[in-house]
Amino acid sequence: MDFLRAASLDDALATKAQRPDIAPIAGGTDLMVGINFDHIRPSGLLDLTSVPELTEWSESGDVVRVGAGVPYARIISELGERLPGLAMAARTVASPQIRNRGTVGGNLATASPSGDAHPALLACDAEVELASTRGTRRMPVTEFFTGVKRNAAEPDELITAVHLPRATGPQQFAKVGTRNAMVISVCAFSVALHPDRAAVGTGFGSAAPTPRRAVEAEQFLSGELTSRGMWADPRPLPDTVVERFGELVAAACAPIDDVRGTASYRRHALGVLARRTVRWTWDEYSIGRQTCA
Amino acid sequence: MRLNLTVNGRPHQADEVWEGESLLHALRERLGLPGSKNACEQGECGSCTVYLDDVPVCSCMVAAGQAQGRAVRTVEGLADGERLDPVQQSFVDAGAVQCGFCTPGLLVQAHDLIERNPEPTDAEIRESLAGNLCRCTGYEKIMDAVRLAAQRKAVS
Ligand SMILES: Cc1cc2nc3c(=O)[nH]c(=O)nc-3n(C[C@H](O)[C@H](O)[C@H](O)COP(=O)(O)OP(=O)(O)OC[C@H]3O[C@@H](n4cnc5c(N)ncnc54)[C@H](O)[C@@H]3O)c2cc1C
Ligand code: FES
Ligand code: FES
Repeated sequence: MDFLRAASLDDALATKAQRPDIAPIAGGTDLMVGINFDHIRPSGLLDLTSVPELTEWSESGDVVRVGAGVPYARIISELGERLPGLAMAARTVASPQIRNRGTVGGNLATASPSGDAHPALLACDAEVELASTRGTRRMPVTEFFTGVKRNAAEPDELITAVHLPRATGPQQFAKVGTRNAMVISVCAFSVALHPDRAAVGTGFGSAAPTPRRAVEAEQFLSGELTSRGMWADPRPLPDTVVERFGELVAAACAPIDDVRGTASYRRHALGVLARRTVRWTWDEYSIGRQTCA
Repeated sequence: MRLNLTVNGRPHQADEVWEGESLLHALRERLGLPGSKNACEQGECGSCTVYLDDVPVCSCMVAAGQAQGRAVRTVEGLADGERLDPVQQSFVDAGAVQCGFCTPGLLVQAHDLIERNPEPTDAEIRESLAGNLCRCTGYEKIMDAVRLAAQRKAVS
């Protein structure tokens, strides 16, 4: 095993091209667990924390580009206004110490069905930026997750960033677990209202082999809001609409039984999260932001 | 590999550091700084918390090589000579230390909280310490200690 430090993105990409089996390390909060317990023994480590291109975010027009190596703590403190859903999801990850290190790039590369960034990225139609010495490409996050802990990056590629539209409406993220901190979700849900294009985005985690959108639920809700003229004239969301939205989200999942919960509990809880979060976002859209402790 | 870094304000060098080794292991086993504790090696307990370039992290989740050329501050570096930092003194005075295994991590994390937020609310203290497990105290004395430390720092 060896340890390589990349000083620039080009440097990192050249190494990854020559040594596709080398393990990039960002926050280390997934990778070091495996190494400490001898579950994985990569041929080498490639430290990305010194690559400036990965550790910054920027904004151009309506799109925010978040470098793959920006830790959760900075997403929370610097991007809460622009990307509220992602910032809320980030705030639920692990503990302050882990949030000071852990990154969205690492979350995506691990591609766990329970990764907390994923539902928020899905709800906002995020794109994943991948780079290699062959060039840079962007793909919708919906195409990125290819199976349980599998993703669409090629062996010579690094995840360099995610691109998300700056929020035009309220967004929410909620997850079920045994306590607020340090919890791998039993299930998680994110919803985003996109009033600029009269659309609704969703994403859920820990309730299918990959993080997914609940597309029918999105179409149902945006259809209702549009046909009732409620984007322009927001009124309280009818209970029947909220109920149906929850049912459609629950119907979109394909959970399993495991140590954290049963499939039927997950399906039920996901419906509850969907109803709650859609009410929160709609209340914020129609009567303004509510604050609590 | 050879590791060069600054620990508690002084340059340190360690040889024969294994490439996959954690910063926690390097601190304890190579640099003779056993203050940071190893209780889980998986980021769950916070007893290995140290500052890495002024940011508190679980040192068991940092590869030693990632600390090359950087500044680490451990629990051993909180006191000013023989004078304990107010956070340390408050843990002693409030009776927040029983077996003491969680204490080094809690001290660093609480130290950072009060640096950034001199008047934390109880909710903020709890959120800040959510990644530090203590199996002895039941946390109430730890809450007392952090409140006391914040008061003392405010008047000092
Ligand atoms: C105690 C604890 C609690 C946790 N709680 C949560 C939680 O609540 N929610 C949650 O979602 N996760 C949680 N995690 C998991 C972990 O913190 C996240 O998945 C985090 O986002 C990983 O990011 P990292 O930068 O630390 O990744 P690393 O550990 O550095 O890397 C993870 C994987 O990604 C690869 N990689 C990293 N960066 C890149 C890149 N730019 N391009 C290509 N590959 C890359 C690495 O090679 C490795 O395979 C927890 C972990 C711990 C230890
Ligand atoms: S030993 Fe590092 S968090 Fe437990
Ligand atoms: S005092 Fe024993 S674990 Fe905290």
